Amino acid sequence: MFSRAYKTVVTVPPLAWVAVFLLVPYLLMFCYSFWSVSSLQTIVHSWNFDNYRDLLEKPVYWQTLLRSMWIAARVTLFSLVLGYPLAYFLSFYAGRRKDLLYQMVIIPLWVSYLVRAYAWKTILGSDGVLNTLLQYAHLTNHPLDFLLYSPFAVVLTLTHIYTPFTFLPVYAALEHIPRNLVEASHDLGATPTQTFWKVIFPLSIPGVLAGATFAFVLSLGDFLAPLLLGGPSGIMISNIVVSLFGAAYNWPLGAAISLCMLVLVVSLLFVSERLEKKWSFS
Amino acid sequence: MRDLRHPGWISFMTSPITTGHAGADSAARPTLLSIRSVAKTFGRNAVLRNVSLEIAEGEFLTILGESGSGKTTLLRIIAGFETATSGEVWMGAERLDSQPPYRRRVNTVFQNYALFPHLTVEENVGYGLRVAKRPAAEITARVAEALDKVKMTAHARKKPSKISGGQQQRVALARALVNQPQLLLLDEPLSALDANLRRQMQVELKSLQREVGIAFVFVTHDQEEAMVMSDRIALLRSGELEQVASPREIYSRPATAYVAQFIGHTNLLKAEVTAGVARCGFLSWPVTRPDGVALFSLRPEHVRLAGKGSSSGDVRVRGRVIHQAFQGATELIRVDCGGGLILVARTASGNPQNDVELEFAPSDAIAVLESPERI
Repeated sequence: MFSRAYKTVVTVPPLAWVAVFLLVPYLLMFCYSFWSVSSLQTIVHSWNFDNYRDLLEKPVYWQTLLRSMWIAARVTLFSLVLGYPLAYFLSFYAGRRKDLLYQMVIIPLWVSYLVRAYAWKTILGSDGVLNTLLQYAHLTNHPLDFLLYSPFAVVLTLTHIYTPFTFLPVYAALEHIPRNLVEASHDLGATPTQTFWKVIFPLSIPGVLAGATFAFVLSLGDFLAPLLLGGPSGIMISNIVVSLFGAAYNWPLGAAISLCMLVLVVSLLFVSERLEKKWSFS
Repeated sequence: MRDLRHPGWISFMTSPITTGHAGADSAARPTLLSIRSVAKTFGRNAVLRNVSLEIAEGEFLTILGESGSGKTTLLRIIAGFETATSGEVWMGAERLDSQPPYRRRVNTVFQNYALFPHLTVEENVGYGLRVAKRPAAEITARVAEALDKVKMTAHARKKPSKISGGQQQRVALARALVNQPQLLLLDEPLSALDANLRRQMQVELKSLQREVGIAFVFVTHDQEEAMVMSDRIALLRSGELEQVASPREIYSRPATAYVAQFIGHTNLLKAEVTAGVARCGFLSWPVTRPDGVALFSLRPEHVRLAGKGSSSGDVRVRGRVIHQAFQGATELIRVDCGGGLILVARTASGNPQNDVELEFAPSDAIAVLESPERI
């Protein structure tokens, strides 16, 4: 249908883009992860597994990774707990207000990530909105310091930021459920609660999986929220990578961590996609 | 002339006198479901107006109508998916329309079957029993029996997407019947099937209904389907019942011009009645009606070529054949009888003549009411 020349012209630029800005950097990162840094702070191109051994032997790295995963897991859970009922309400009960409410969920995504993270800083700080309010109401007589610069602050902020990302796929999945299935369930004697657990929820699982994957993967790799609100106890793995590529000047170790993260995330995406396929019946 | 919109006319149509024509057995059956003056409006749009209908136990009733006539809305009101704007639905001594769908002893076979895609065939069939928390052994036994009844035992473990449309139809039927409802609602369940399978399913569905003895309310736009399957047909037009009667009755004694035209072919003759004689063009025949304009329905099969089995009182007219439609055993010929009158006659195949003489018995011209415009 299309000439060979046309196909070439159309396909080569995007392929070149992917090669130059994705594959080549990954390849470089892969090489770096097997190199090392000399005592004179120069990168030595000698191939070895030292970086990977460091990752396994020094607890700070895998402990930070585990903490990051624990933070990401909580963000995933909370954003599902918030996003699912919201999506369910919008899809099944919002009626004519559906479009308006949908936009209200989407609009925060237009606001810069940084602005939203800073907003939480002003809310949670020791003389921030929340502490002032609590003291004014005499619920506490001194500022609560666990609110800011803690894993709590990171989880809260990331949940706020990533809830729309779980909401969207869940909402799409719910919208795809033919309404006559719900009617059929009621017709067969199932109460609304039974219908939810036996028909609606199972059919929304692909959306739940997609949303959970979004929330987990995006918050696992996040470094701004822990940087701004995490404090020493809220450090995440990406903060370590940032410092290794910056002040610490240990690109090889940073590359090794990044590569491990990449493998972890890609396998997660793979598993999640397999599960989604298993639960979709179109 | 009786006004069609007058409620008295509706109640006449649904009264036991009319039901009596459906056959000796259906007259004796007690009423199962009673729809009383049900109306439904969506915004400014009146979809149903003042519909009253009684359904007897074990009866196969078809709600027949064009698209937009309100037939599906009526079915959804019985099932509980829509709330009537006014009127009541009763099942025995129990008021049905105040109950949610899951409390009604009514089951539905949906137009596109609405099988649960994440459940296997047997899980679909067992759904109603599971949510009713029946014992596991009973569920297994009843599901097996229901699948056997619709010949789907071999496909019990398959997902709905892996079976054909006709098979999905059977599963939907088994899923509804396994709950032993008092009334089964079917929303154009055969419309997605091809013609052959459709005819086969019509016969199967009818014999299944006889076997289980559950009342069926069957919605369709297909008049042939309605004729083949029903004990009674309720013809709905623009949200009002036009006539409720057995297929034979509705065909041979249509109440209105609309009914006569919707069910089968007919010649509608607008005649002027004076002193017991109806005149239409060059035609005239004796009637027992008061003077004035009257509409008559004359079925093509009652119009014969003159000479074959004619009797003394027959009305005769000459005309020229303007069109022939071959239909296998018979053909329909359009005959221009002059004076603006065109008659359609059903004759045996192979009639080469151009000029014909037609005849019909005056008793075959059935007086019908004019169908008023409804918007």
